[in-house]
Amino acid sequence: MRKITYTEALREALQEEMRRDPSVFLLGEDIGRYWEGAFKVTKGLAEEFGDERVRDTPISESAIIGAAVGAAITGMRPVAEIMFGDLTALAMDQIANQAAKISYMFGGQVKVPLVIRTPFGAGVNIAAHHSQSLEAWFMHVPGLHVAAPSTPYDAKGLLKTAIRGNNPVFFCEHKLLYPIEGEVPREEYAIPLGVADVKREGSDVTIVATLYMVHKALEAAEQLEAEGISVEVVDPRTLMPLDKKTIIDSVQKTGRLVVVSEDCKTAGVSAEIAAVVAEEALDYLDAPIKRVAEPDTPIPFSPPLEQHVIPNEKTIIKAVKEIV
Amino acid sequence: MATSVARETLVEIYRKMFEIRSFEEKVFELYAQNLVPGTIHLYAGEEAVAVGVCTNLRKDDCITSTHRGHGHCIAKGAEPKRVMAEILGKRTGYCKGKGGSMHIADFSVGMLGATAVVGAGIPIAMGAGLSIKLRGTDQVTACFFGDGASNQGTFHEAINMAAIWKLPVIFVCENNLYAMGTRQSIVMLKENIADRAVAYGIPGVAVDGNDVLAVYEAAHKAVERARKGEGPTLIECKTYRHKGHSRIDPAKYRPKEEVEEWLRKDPIKRLREKLLQKNVLAKAEIQRIEKEILDEIEEAVEFAMKSSYPAPEEALEDVYASLEG
Repeated sequence: MRKITYTEALREALQEEMRRDPSVFLLGEDIGRYWEGAFKVTKGLAEEFGDERVRDTPISESAIIGAAVGAAITGMRPVAEIMFGDLTALAMDQIANQAAKISYMFGGQVKVPLVIRTPFGAGVNIAAHHSQSLEAWFMHVPGLHVAAPSTPYDAKGLLKTAIRGNNPVFFCEHKLLYPIEGEVPREEYAIPLGVADVKREGSDVTIVATLYMVHKALEAAEQLEAEGISVEVVDPRTLMPLDKKTIIDSVQKTGRLVVVSEDCKTAGVSAEIAAVVAEEALDYLDAPIKRVAEPDTPIPFSPPLEQHVIPNEKTIIKAVKEIV
Repeated sequence: MATSVARETLVEIYRKMFEIRSFEEKVFELYAQNLVPGTIHLYAGEEAVAVGVCTNLRKDDCITSTHRGHGHCIAKGAEPKRVMAEILGKRTGYCKGKGGSMHIADFSVGMLGATAVVGAGIPIAMGAGLSIKLRGTDQVTACFFGDGASNQGTFHEAINMAAIWKLPVIFVCENNLYAMGTRQSIVMLKENIADRAVAYGIPGVAVDGNDVLAVYEAAHKAVERARKGEGPTLIECKTYRHKGHSRIDPAKYRPKEEVEEWLRKDPIKRLREKLLQKNVLAKAEIQRIEKEILDEIEEAVEFAMKSSYPAPEEALEDVYASLEG
């Protein structure tokens, strides 16, 4: 099967959905023909679809999301890009109070079919305002779906589903995932929300990991295999809804759980997943749940400092060995 | 000025304004009897703004509204009985009791909903304008917000976007001089919020917001401009709320003389006098209209009072729209 990058997979999803449905349009800062997206996801799209449907905006995050909300409730399917995940803070009212709640507080009169794409993640030395992983903020807002694909295949399939859906989807990407290559079929496909994927099968311990950490978990699993420890790696792919069943089934099989997520540990993605298993599957556990996450600091600049706070295969292996 | 507006339009304007006033008086009465849960923000005194603007709109045009939104709903054509039911938290309300006084929407008449976050509706109205432009229709969107909202970043971000993209949006600032208890002069140096339009390269006009025909004329021009694809307008309507900010507010921060002066400028009283003076309506006709409306409001109250509350477990519905919807 052909291989393409995560960036190309996202672009294909946008392109195919824009060809399929004239109500789909893109808006965001520097996504148009002059810059083509800070991470080049929208490269070539303005040329194909024009400046109206691939719309460069002023640096006004709140109005970008507000525009998407207003368009979504009047018949369009906007896909808004926020250049860095950290900047969603500027649009938080429009995301959390407006987009997420409009369907509910108006008694289901209207749907809000919009997608907010944004990259999270540390590891490229751009410090505290361009490196955070804030997925958990959005998991905490009823009315939003939260997607977090780790592979080109998942990125394309989930973005297509997000665009075709009738709810606001907060679509988490990761800077270090953009260049990653993976198999993506040419044929049409879509991946439903709320379905996890077992990225590697194993029998001794389950690692649930998200976004870039899926790859770190797979590296760790590879090394642990050589030491005779069989690791199953589960990628939830969407954080809201969360596929509890696949996670719990895996824990039932292995009896051990390590949750790996790049966001801050306190009240983070790993906290939620650990809580689900503790609440609903405690009897399957043969050891305490371990979490590997960012140690509740802002992301520092200097490379040794930054590397110290991001989970990696070594910290994952250490956590696994503590319970196996 | 009344001569340039058709007689039936004038009558319709009077009817709507009186309807909103009667509705709000009834809401206040129900609140005093402790029948309204939560809080209320009454529109009484500002009727000329919603009606002056919405009379220029078609059913397929859109509006966005605020926490002080009952008047906008009724002006755009929502049924008072279902607005009342929503305010009382009943299942027959527009939002099945999930929204309440501050969150009423009626998408069937283009009322895209009221937000209770000050200034949050402005970019949403702009987005509805963007949608109109992309869909290529000649609809327009009117966006109601207050003087307080004009100090939010969303005001500047959204008007700028609407300006650069020439979106069919009419930004209507209801300047009632106070953001909750804070007088306008404390939070901005300029007297006219409309002057801010200059910064975005669009027309800005300040009008007497208690003169419904002045509002009507300004909105008429703005709607025409928007429908022709020439872009947005900022209209500032100087007006005054008769009551305090919300249910608990006695509005002691407003000087007595100021309140009295504005009560003398009551928009409904002024229009009534004008209609009589210009022989548009005779006194008996006005009385008949008012009687009809008062009866209708009584029926709305009865409908709302008799309606049942939603079942508690309905709280769990509508969080997400179905995929098919």
